[in-house]
Amino acid sequence: MPSPLKIANASAFWGDEPEAAARLVAQQPDLDYVTFDYLAEVSLSILAIQRAKDPTAGYARDFIDVVCSLAPFWLAGGKTRIVTNAGGLDPVACGHACRTALHAAKLPQLKIAVVTGDDVLAQVRGGPGVPPPGGATREAHDPPFANLETGAPLSAVAERLVTANAYLGAAPIADALRAGADLVITGRVADPSLTVGPCLAHFGWSGADYDRLAGATVAGHLIECGTQVCGGFSTDWLGLPAPHDIGFPLAEIFDDGSCVITKPAGTGGVVTVQTVKEQLLYEIGDPGHYLSPDASVSFLTLRVEQAGRDRVRVSGATGRAPPSSYKVSATYRDGYKAHGQLAIFGHDAVKKARHAGEAVLHRLRAAGCDYRETLVECLGTGASVRGIASRVSDTHLVETMLRVSVAADTKEPVERFTKAIAPLVTSGPQGVTGYATGRPKVLPIFGYWPCLIDRRLVKPTTRFLS
Amino acid sequence: MIPLREIAFARSGDKGNSANVAVFGRTPAAYAWLREHLTAAVVEEYFRPLGVGTVTRYEVPNLEAVNFILPHVLGGGGSRSLRIDAQGKALGMALLEMPVEFGQSK
Repeated sequence: MPSPLKIANASAFWGDEPEAAARLVAQQPDLDYVTFDYLAEVSLSILAIQRAKDPTAGYARDFIDVVCSLAPFWLAGGKTRIVTNAGGLDPVACGHACRTALHAAKLPQLKIAVVTGDDVLAQVRGGPGVPPPGGATREAHDPPFANLETGAPLSAVAERLVTANAYLGAAPIADALRAGADLVITGRVADPSLTVGPCLAHFGWSGADYDRLAGATVAGHLIECGTQVCGGFSTDWLGLPAPHDIGFPLAEIFDDGSCVITKPAGTGGVVTVQTVKEQLLYEIGDPGHYLSPDASVSFLTLRVEQAGRDRVRVSGATGRAPPSSYKVSATYRDGYKAHGQLAIFGHDAVKKARHAGEAVLHRLRAAGCDYRETLVECLGTGASVRGIASRVSDTHLVETMLRVSVAADTKEPVERFTKAIAPLVTSGPQGVTGYATGRPKVLPIFGYWPCLIDRRLVKPTTRFLS
Repeated sequence: MIPLREIAFARSGDKGNSANVAVFGRTPAAYAWLREHLTAAVVEEYFRPLGVGTVTRYEVPNLEAVNFILPHVLGGGGSRSLRIDAQGKALGMALLEMPVEFGQSK
C-alpha cells in the first residue's frame, strides 16, 4: 500500500503571509507538497489591470519571492514539491520567472511545469459555443454563459468582459507530477484540485474513483484557506493558544481518500473537531453536492473525529461523477468606486458623523457629480450588519469612524469625491481626526460573472519549461 | 433569553452576491434545538435589513450543523459592494447574537 501523502498549504489568498512557506518546511521538512492558493473570485481582474500597465505582470509576482525563500531548503537537500495557481493570467511568464530565480539560486535542476488552458475569454466572447449536453439542469435551459446566480444572458456584459477562466481540475496537475515536475504552476484551477492532483499522481487512483477523489477534495478544501482550519477566523478565536504564530495546516492523506488534518508541532492555534467543522462548511452551498471538476462530493457521509492533539481525522467522503461543464469565473468592467474614512470624537459623535458624510455627498451632487450608489456608514454602531444585532445605542457612542463610499459608471465623479473628504478636517465637527493616510484611491469595480462552459471547449495543457 | 453563541458556533463566507452561514450546535441538545427552531424563515427575517432574498437551509446531521444560503445579502458582493463587509465575514457573528430561548423555558 502506498505511503500517506503529506500536503501543506502556505497561502490562502494573494496577500497571505509571505514567510509561511519557508517556516513550514523548516518546521516540517518531510512534507511531500506545499500548495499555494493566490486566486479569489476577482483576483484575475486585478491581474488584468496590473498586466494592462505592464505586460509581464499577469501573475502573482509575490510567489517568486516565495520560491527564493525556499532555495536554501532545496539546496540543503529538501524534497518538497510545489503546486500553485500563482500563474494567474500568465502561468508561462510565472514559470519563466521561477526558472530565472532558481537558476540564480543554483537550482537549475528543479523541473517546472505549467498548466494552461483555463483562459476561455476567446471562447466566451466568441458567443454561443456548444450548448451543454444532457439533463434537465439549469445549464440545459439557459443560453450559454448565462449568469449562474441570476440567469441573466451574457449579452448584458459581453462588451465589458475583462477575464474568463475555467476552473480546471486535478488531471493536468497530476500529469505534470507524474512526469517529474518539482513545481507546478497553474492559472485558474479549482482550489481543492491543487491537493487532488498530487494524490492522483501518488496513489495512482483512476479518474473515476469518485469516493477517493471526494476524500482528497475534502482534504484540499480543508487546507486551502491556510490557517483558517487551525483556529484562524474561528468563533472561539479569543481562546486560541499563541495567536501570533498560528500554524499553517497540513493534510496527511491516505490511499482510501481519508485524511488527518494537523499542523506543525510547536505552532499556535489548534486543530479540533470544531475548527475542522467550521472550515468544512466555509463557502459551501448544498453540502450534499459540493461540485468540483474532479468529483461531485457529499459532505453528508463525513466522519470527523479527534485523533490526538491537533490531529483530526476526516473520513467517509462519497463522490459521484463531476458535472459535464467546467465552472467559469468571468469578470467585467463595472465602473469605479472609492471609500473615504475619518474618525469623529465627541458627544453626539454618530449624529455628527452622519451629517458630515451627507454634507460631503450633498456638495458633490450640487456640483454636478452623478453617482449610481452612495453609502454613509458609522463604524462602531454595528455598521457591518446594519439593522441587525445592534445592541449599542448610536447616541451613546463617544466615537465613531465615518466611512463614506461612492460608485459611478465613469471615473471623473469618483475622482472628485476623493478630494472632498479632507476638507472636513476644517469644515466638519470639532473632534474630526485621523486624517493621516492621504486621499482615498479610485478603485475600478469588476463585476463577477459565474457561468458554465462545455468541457469540450476547454483544452487543459501541461508543458515543461526547458 | 441567551445569545445563540452560547449554544452554537458558526462560520460565514461569500459566493458572488450570496453568502452562506453554517451554524453548529455545541452539544447534541443544542443541535436538536437548532434543527427545530432555527428555520430558514427565522434566518431570513433576521437578515431582512440587509436585503436578503429567499433563504435556503440544509441540514448536516453528521456535523450537527444547519447551513443557510443567503442570496443578495452583500450589497453587490466582492468588488462591487460599497459596504464595509462586502464579503459577509460578519454574518456568522451577527447570527450568533440572536437572542434565543433554550433550555427550561422552551
